[in-house]
Amino acid sequence: MTDWRPGAAAAREARARLLAGLRGFFAARNVLEVETPILSRGAPLDPMVESWIATSPDGASGYLQTSPEYPMKRLLADGAPDIYQVARVFRGGESGSRHNPEFTLLEWYRHGMDHHRLAREVVALIMNQAALDASWRRPARLRVISYQALFQEHLGIDPLVADAEELQAVAARQGLEIQGALDRDAWLDLLISLAIAPAFPHDRLTVVHDYPESQAVLARPCAHDTRLAARFEVYWGALELANGYHELSDLAQFRERRDRDQALRRQRGQVLPRPDAHLEAALASGLPECAGVALGVDRLLMRLLGAERIEQVIDFPLESA
Amino acid sequence: MATYSTNEFKAGLKLLLDGDPQAIVENEFVKPGKGQAFNRVKLRNLRTGRVLEKTFKSGESVEAADVMDTEMQYLYNDGEFWHFMVPDTFEQYAVGEAALGGCGQWLKEQDVCTVTLWNGEPLSVVPPAFVEMKITQCDPGVRGDTAQGGTKPATLESGAVVKVPLFVEEGETVKVDTRSGEYVSRV
Repeated sequence: MTDWRPGAAAAREARARLLAGLRGFFAARNVLEVETPILSRGAPLDPMVESWIATSPDGASGYLQTSPEYPMKRLLADGAPDIYQVARVFRGGESGSRHNPEFTLLEWYRHGMDHHRLAREVVALIMNQAALDASWRRPARLRVISYQALFQEHLGIDPLVADAEELQAVAARQGLEIQGALDRDAWLDLLISLAIAPAFPHDRLTVVHDYPESQAVLARPCAHDTRLAARFEVYWGALELANGYHELSDLAQFRERRDRDQALRRQRGQVLPRPDAHLEAALASGLPECAGVALGVDRLLMRLLGAERIEQVIDFPLESA
Repeated sequence: MATYSTNEFKAGLKLLLDGDPQAIVENEFVKPGKGQAFNRVKLRNLRTGRVLEKTFKSGESVEAADVMDTEMQYLYNDGEFWHFMVPDTFEQYAVGEAALGGCGQWLKEQDVCTVTLWNGEPLSVVPPAFVEMKITQCDPGVRGDTAQGGTKPATLESGAVVKVPLFVEEGETVKVDTRSGEYVSRV
């Protein structure tokens, strides 16, 4: 007999309490809950994120969302107020102790905020949720540091000027043996994931801000230095919880990055999903000044409960779904 | 040439890396939300036994090692080689000291062992988890000491030396756990 039993009984009540707590947090701040489609006609071209493709027997096909970002931005362009969503999202090829291909993402947008202010709100949200239950863990410290200072502090290099060769040498000094050819950004990803974040104290929230422009995704360039993008990430211990932007609203830059992503996908032989024409049109009509962030709810639950593996907080991970 | 992609990685998979067959002990998927994915892999070199960590860019392919575990019966030792036979095909293999890796002391004629072949050549031998062997030499037990749980060394027919309870006598057959080298019971 196959093992039919759901695997995360111990986390079930905590999940319900957390979801109620998140909704309470936003209700108190007058942020509107919205719903957008899981199944979409187009998909992001970001080469680092792969969409699941869903097909119907009648020949129709679409993509399962990797995040609700695009439709939520269309809502904002249409005049929606501050909005949030608890969304189920899907990512191809992402499976491991911290990844399930289907997971719960909390995404929200705030008018008139920049990425620094929104990062502070993310910290407030985590602290607020951690106080909901006396048995839950809570972060004891906060560190706010720029991407550049983080690399200088941990590895003694400047991530804005170091070339791939230098980054490779740093990785070698860290005892990392690598199989496969990496470009500059991949070396940076490797170092932050395997050499820097693992050294973060387990009870500390770390906000990393101002990423290299090459890792901007949909963040606008920083006003004080255009080599940087107004992007931030929040870690609890070594676990990445949230990623946010002071949102890019410039249409020409959006097109430039989309074309760059498309070219990269072609060059690497990745699938080319049908682009989302609606987002481009919405940006053309005007996206208000805002900041947005996505936070992994399952991972937050892992940290609150002290779980080491994501399947400890998901009753039906893909293998048994 | 068979290959495995990183998304097929799991414990037990055998890869050919740096010219040696290596088995995956642990595979960890690592990926920043908006960044490059990696597989952080702990590998055991099947030739040297050494364990090392390697990081693969996800999506890379790696050559599979033609490594096969085969059940074989141990036949005899000719002083230089230990000879094994596949019971179904009567195919015989001679295993040298390096591949035997010190497990010779647990080999008893007729016992079935797991012999790992790499490209058809013996790479390593795993003896049965439990073997039964006769004690060829040990000192007589001291009467009345059995309650104390004391032990004494006993030499087995294969030359292995294990600690046995004081009540066990020379000439008796004992069951031994080959993984720990510990006495289990009298037979």
